[in-house]
Amino acid sequence: MQKNASFKGLTIPLLLLLPQLAITVVFFYWPASQAVWQSFLLQDAFGTSTEFVWFENYQLLFTDPGYLKAFWNTAIFSTFVCVLSLSIALLFAVMADRQIRGAEVYKTLLIWPYAVAPAIAGVLWIFMFDPSLGMLARGLGRLGIAWNPRLNGNDAMTLVILAATWKQISYNFLFFLAGLQSIPKSVIEAAVIDGARPWRRFWTIVFPLLSPTTFFLLVVNIVYVFFDTFGIIDTVTGGGPSGHTETLVYKVYSDGKGGSNLGGSAAQSVVLLIMVIGMTAIQFRFIERRVNY
Amino acid sequence: MVEDRRLGDAIAYVILSIGVLIVAFPVWLTFVASTWDNPTIINGQLPLWPGPHFFDNYYRILFVGTSGTTREPVAGMMLNSFIMAMAIAVGKIFISVLSAYAIVYYRFPFRMAAFWIIFLTLMLPVEVRIFPTFKVVSDLRMLDTYQGLAVPLIASATGTLLFRQFFMTIPDELLEASKIDGAGPFKFFKDTVIPLSMTTIAALFVIQFIYGWNQYLWPLLVTTRDSMQTIVIGIKKMIVTSDALTEWQLAMATAMLAMLPPVLVVIAMQRLFVKGLVETEK
Amino acid sequence: MAQVTLTNVKKVYPGGVEAVKGVSFDIPDGGFCVLVGPSGCGKSTLLRMVAGLETISAGEVSIGNRVVNQIEPADRDIAMVFQNYALYPHFSVYDNMAYGLRNLGTPKDEIDRRVKEAARILAIEPLLERRPKQLSGGQRQRVAMGRAIVRKPQVFLFDEPLSNLDAKLRVQMRVEIKKLQRALGVTSIYVTHDQVEAMTLSDKLVVMNGGQVEQIGLPSEVYKKPASRFVATFIGSPPMNILPGTIDGPGIVALGDAILEARDLRADLAAGARVEVGLRPEDIEIASEGEAGSLPFDIEFIEELGATQLFHGQLAGLPFIMQAATDTISAQPGRLWISVDPDRVHVFDPATGQRLGL
Repeated sequence: MQKNASFKGLTIPLLLLLPQLAITVVFFYWPASQAVWQSFLLQDAFGTSTEFVWFENYQLLFTDPGYLKAFWNTAIFSTFVCVLSLSIALLFAVMADRQIRGAEVYKTLLIWPYAVAPAIAGVLWIFMFDPSLGMLARGLGRLGIAWNPRLNGNDAMTLVILAATWKQISYNFLFFLAGLQSIPKSVIEAAVIDGARPWRRFWTIVFPLLSPTTFFLLVVNIVYVFFDTFGIIDTVTGGGPSGHTETLVYKVYSDGKGGSNLGGSAAQSVVLLIMVIGMTAIQFRFIERRVNY
Repeated sequence: MVEDRRLGDAIAYVILSIGVLIVAFPVWLTFVASTWDNPTIINGQLPLWPGPHFFDNYYRILFVGTSGTTREPVAGMMLNSFIMAMAIAVGKIFISVLSAYAIVYYRFPFRMAAFWIIFLTLMLPVEVRIFPTFKVVSDLRMLDTYQGLAVPLIASATGTLLFRQFFMTIPDELLEASKIDGAGPFKFFKDTVIPLSMTTIAALFVIQFIYGWNQYLWPLLVTTRDSMQTIVIGIKKMIVTSDALTEWQLAMATAMLAMLPPVLVVIAMQRLFVKGLVETEK
Repeated sequence: MAQVTLTNVKKVYPGGVEAVKGVSFDIPDGGFCVLVGPSGCGKSTLLRMVAGLETISAGEVSIGNRVVNQIEPADRDIAMVFQNYALYPHFSVYDNMAYGLRNLGTPKDEIDRRVKEAARILAIEPLLERRPKQLSGGQRQRVAMGRAIVRKPQVFLFDEPLSNLDAKLRVQMRVEIKKLQRALGVTSIYVTHDQVEAMTLSDKLVVMNGGQVEQIGLPSEVYKKPASRFVATFIGSPPMNILPGTIDGPGIVALGDAILEARDLRADLAAGARVEVGLRPEDIEIASEGEAGSLPFDIEFIEELGATQLFHGQLAGLPFIMQAATDTISAQPGRLWISVDPDRVHVFDPATGQRLGL
């Protein structure tokens, strides 16, 4: 945690910490505490008076079908994006881990989507799947598949899942590849000599040894789907049609945007906050375990 | 290995090529669209190869702007994005290298408290405190300013944790030797710690530049004037729900321009990028 | 059990690097063959080709009269012990040993019987439920051995299996490996860069250098009649002294002013031809001044090794080392006259490094 050899004094370290602590307090702790405080307040329709209402905002929240729908959407969205992006990335990583010529080039060609902003990723996908002019949407039409993410909630959800998965593959690929390369080669060779065919070798040796990476990525991916996909949803569907792609984070934004339901939006923020704390705690307990591994 | 190498390698090539195709196809299509005219796109007649309007479209979007909702030329938006990304990257490195130095190399009463205050910000992503933070920025009259865009995003635990972790690997003997050579805390920081940290600084810079450039929700809230828009926000406003109003060829050119800087950074500085990514996540 | 035959085996990497340049030898059924050489000499590559972990660029490897070039490692009926043990970290000791048998579809009770038997032989029965990370280096080594023997393979392959152990444990495990191999009678190929392991374990020693075989033979033969200057200096510690000399007549070499008799020396060499003369530090005897074949050795300092002493100095202006049992010589820094048994004088061609023997 700290060096044995160190300097003494109080003024200098406090001055060094001042910029970070000031910004942290002003833009992190103060707003977060405001969110908690507001979640206990109820504003009237004209925003003229506020009242302290204890947990009423939370009660309203969990009886609001729109909010429960957002929970459900988030669950569907996270599950599909995590499963798809993790398994596709794992497949690519296993292939790129083979000692083939040009593996480095493939690696470069597969990791750059990390640098694409989620909002831009959304734009790319809406362009391909726009019901009237999208090339792939027309392709679906020719195959006789009805497709309209503007009107059909499932189509809209499919589209945001595809865009979010596309964006996340590169990140997962990079970590899976690093994980695979950290498995000692001789352990794999021992398994070859022990007569395990590639398929069995993967599931009995490689995959279990990769589980720390997989678990880490699972947590990171859930956090990604919860928060970083805001831009994708906003550009692709704007939460629509009729709330079919509204996730928890998106709803915090759309409910708070007009300023009419600040208490409700704040309560949603607090619920999210608790979920983030939970996920971070899981991640840290896991990292501690990994240190001992 | 003797076993089916050829077949296995062939499968690997096929799967990786499919992967590259999946990854690249949307971007290729975007590029193609940015080189045709709007009627071709709207009629759904877009071919798979680039068209003749590359220079017209890029010139117009960069320096003239669209005729729709967002009339600002994209060059200005790119400048805004660049200023924001640089401010976030440089600012974050600056404040976190200082705070990590204080936490690692000083012994003082509030050290642990300071560490925890910084550390716990990991649990406060901007999305969960979005409106109260907006209110703070608005009360400070920082809406539609570069400070408003960048300052609230430069404080977070990742940079400090990364530098703390790196400083812990610097051998104690170096500090002891510096002390014997008569160096004080400032000289030790300037002559030893910073030069040793250059790779870590560069890696963090790459990651934070991309992070800053790609910001969406925050600039969406704190910029109201078109002249302060970043390119990622600008493109969203170009795509109008009713197709007829969207100048797709210009929107797609904007998308290409929005992707270009961060993608170039990743490809040109792949090693630093990978290092930064892997280490900030630990 | 099976004999292993290598016929002109080559390994060329895609970049064009030739790691193994045509190696041929065979190991009789139940034999213990050690491949020894400096790092990068191709010994591990050769072993990995026998295992099937590397493809064979040219030539043939056969195990028990069956050419195995195109046969997968699992079907070659071999077992291998790796340098870093390569235990499966997520399996218990029991599962580590059972894994190979399970892959073969061996019945459960047969697996259990064989694993327990191997554990008994290796004295690791109390460790069966542990994970590799809970074991000491020596215990991991035993588990790696156990994983090899439960398979009852035709051939054991060892890739520097003792190099991660400390010196004391290495001696102990070396003896155990030898005993085990004797008891099981399984043909074995063992790669090492340690010449003590090579000498003590092998009944067939293959010395390799630069992708080629320098010498094949019984360890005692290799020590007594090294086929090249490389082998001469590689086997034996401290290494053999090499001095430039000339042919003075049939069976006679000249070292400066001194004359030495060499029994194993080709007779067809012209007088005056340049040669290299090799003398092992431990073959040096004390002579008196003026005696025929005596050489002047100027001792500079003495190293005490306990049982023996090393005398460092110069002979004919070149560095020279002599070894003797402690207290047999009361030598001080200064001149000492020495001689060597003509049977123990080695003569090499300075150009090719080959032995100029009969």
